[in-house]
Amino acid sequence: MISSASITPETPTGRILRRFRADPMARIAVLVIILFALLAGGTALLSSMGVNWPYNPNLTSLEQKLLPPSPSHWLGTDNLGRDVLSRMLHGASISLTVGLIAVAVSLGIGVVVGAIAGYFGGKIDQILMRSVDALLCFPTFFLILTAVALLGPSLINIVIVIGLVSWTGTARLVRGEFLTLRETEYVKSARVLGQRAWTIITRHILPNAAAPILVTAVLGIPDAILSEAGLSFLGFGVQPPQATWGNIIADGKTYLLDAWWLILFPGLAILIASLSFYLAGDALREAAESRN
Amino acid sequence: MTSFLLRRLGLTVVLLFIISIISFFIVTLTPGSPYPWGELNPKISAEVKANFRKKFHLDRPLPEQYAFIMRDLFTGDLRSIKDDRPVMTRIMERLPATLALNLAAILISLSFGTLLGVYAARNAGRWQDMAGSFVAFLFIALPSFWISYLLAIVLVKGFHVPILGTHSYGIEFPNVFAAGLDTLWHLLLPATVLAIGGIAAQSRYLRATMIGTLREDYIRTARSKGLAEETVLYKHALRNSIRPLVTGIGMLLPALISGAVIVENIFAYPGMGRLGYEAVLERDYPTLVALNFVVAALVLLGNLLSDLLYAAVDPRVRLE
Repeated sequence: MISSASITPETPTGRILRRFRADPMARIAVLVIILFALLAGGTALLSSMGVNWPYNPNLTSLEQKLLPPSPSHWLGTDNLGRDVLSRMLHGASISLTVGLIAVAVSLGIGVVVGAIAGYFGGKIDQILMRSVDALLCFPTFFLILTAVALLGPSLINIVIVIGLVSWTGTARLVRGEFLTLRETEYVKSARVLGQRAWTIITRHILPNAAAPILVTAVLGIPDAILSEAGLSFLGFGVQPPQATWGNIIADGKTYLLDAWWLILFPGLAILIASLSFYLAGDALREAAESRN
Repeated sequence: MTSFLLRRLGLTVVLLFIISIISFFIVTLTPGSPYPWGELNPKISAEVKANFRKKFHLDRPLPEQYAFIMRDLFTGDLRSIKDDRPVMTRIMERLPATLALNLAAILISLSFGTLLGVYAARNAGRWQDMAGSFVAFLFIALPSFWISYLLAIVLVKGFHVPILGTHSYGIEFPNVFAAGLDTLWHLLLPATVLAIGGIAAQSRYLRATMIGTLREDYIRTARSKGLAEETVLYKHALRNSIRPLVTGIGMLLPALISGAVIVENIFAYPGMGRLGYEAVLERDYPTLVALNFVVAALVLLGNLLSDLLYAAVDPRVRLE
């Protein structure tokens, strides 16, 4: 006789946990993401209580400009004598915020467009997907740069523009899932029972497409972080004196050959944060694809 | 074949139309002054402003402005707000450098991406595969401006080699060959930085397809015939996994041109990415609209070429 345990299907959460337990790289990636989030959150919390650790990120001190890393300034100081570590800690919350909100915006648009195109099909699908094709021909980063530069760079404009430009992948994916799922028995029976399209989409189809949508969301975060860093670098990111990883490098490029620490450390932060999100997202994708 | 080309051509026209509308409205609906001298400059008389508005059709309603821009784009009369030169001339000046940079980047992406992808696929599930995935994601996560600067620090400080522009200044080359090598060297660095993301993407796509191909019967047959593993991998398996490499070329192009905005800026390379960045800084609307249009046309052309190429390398594919 088959024991009941062996026929109990594995829950999605259980499958994801098993995948992460088997993959040390993905586990480290998740730990790094948590660490970055704690550091960013902790710094924001402390500075809201008036405590600046290790230093005030905007405190200039010209006697201490361009100091290499030392016990008193772990990651050195910039051309105005500001502590690089403090600025990077404050920049971390900007990067993570940009990543999360931009993904929320792009997910919102992508899921709605993809769901409508995939569920209704026909003319609507044709029009929406041709628009997606047209958007895919644009060089994404150039489009973001143009829009942000013309609108004026601010945190809100940047996340909205990145979100508005990067939903095409999600829309295509959601449409594909909907095309498959709308032919399933349970969706057909829901339709026969006379349920409204809205109910079928939100109750029956969307939950079953949740896993791949989650994966694109996680993989979208580092894309947004890298876009913001690139914008900051070109001078169209979040504006000074607010520190971001990108604008520390942009300010430091003038001192390229004298102060390598202004380039190296913030870039490493961008690299490690994005890499962790990509690795975690990839492990999540494999967990999602290994169902059936 | 003919009907395929005709349909694709129709689709291309539709897409270009949508693209031109999107790029037109992005540059015109955003707030800000189109005047190169600033909205409130007291030294500019109302008459000059009115003439300027008339010249660039800014006094007309938006749909008419769009029609004027498109007409001028096709007749070649579209002029840059910045220096009053024809926009198409400004773009065509940059086109050879852009094409050279992108072709070099595509070649680097495809060759190294293939090596990395095949290496990961033949070791699927082992630590080499994990290392390959790690390297691929590392490449995608590398901020291009950061790696450019690190390379610049190492090369300029360590080896004292020039890296900016398309050729070394102030040096007389003994012959064309030496000058060509110099140009090639100046192309190599930006192209490599630009290709890093492409290498990663190609290797990931190829790995996924190749793992499937390696399970096929004809691979087992090839191996049991006693063929060398390299022959099996690169001749039998790679040929049947070629799709991501070929379709990848079309998908790489927009990403490359995006990346070029940053990379050309750092290496002072006179390509279209830098032209776009300058046009953004100068709020040069005609150049921005035209540039988006030309880039989109290049991308669509690239897509079409990669589809044709795909049909050429894979006899199972028919273009209907």
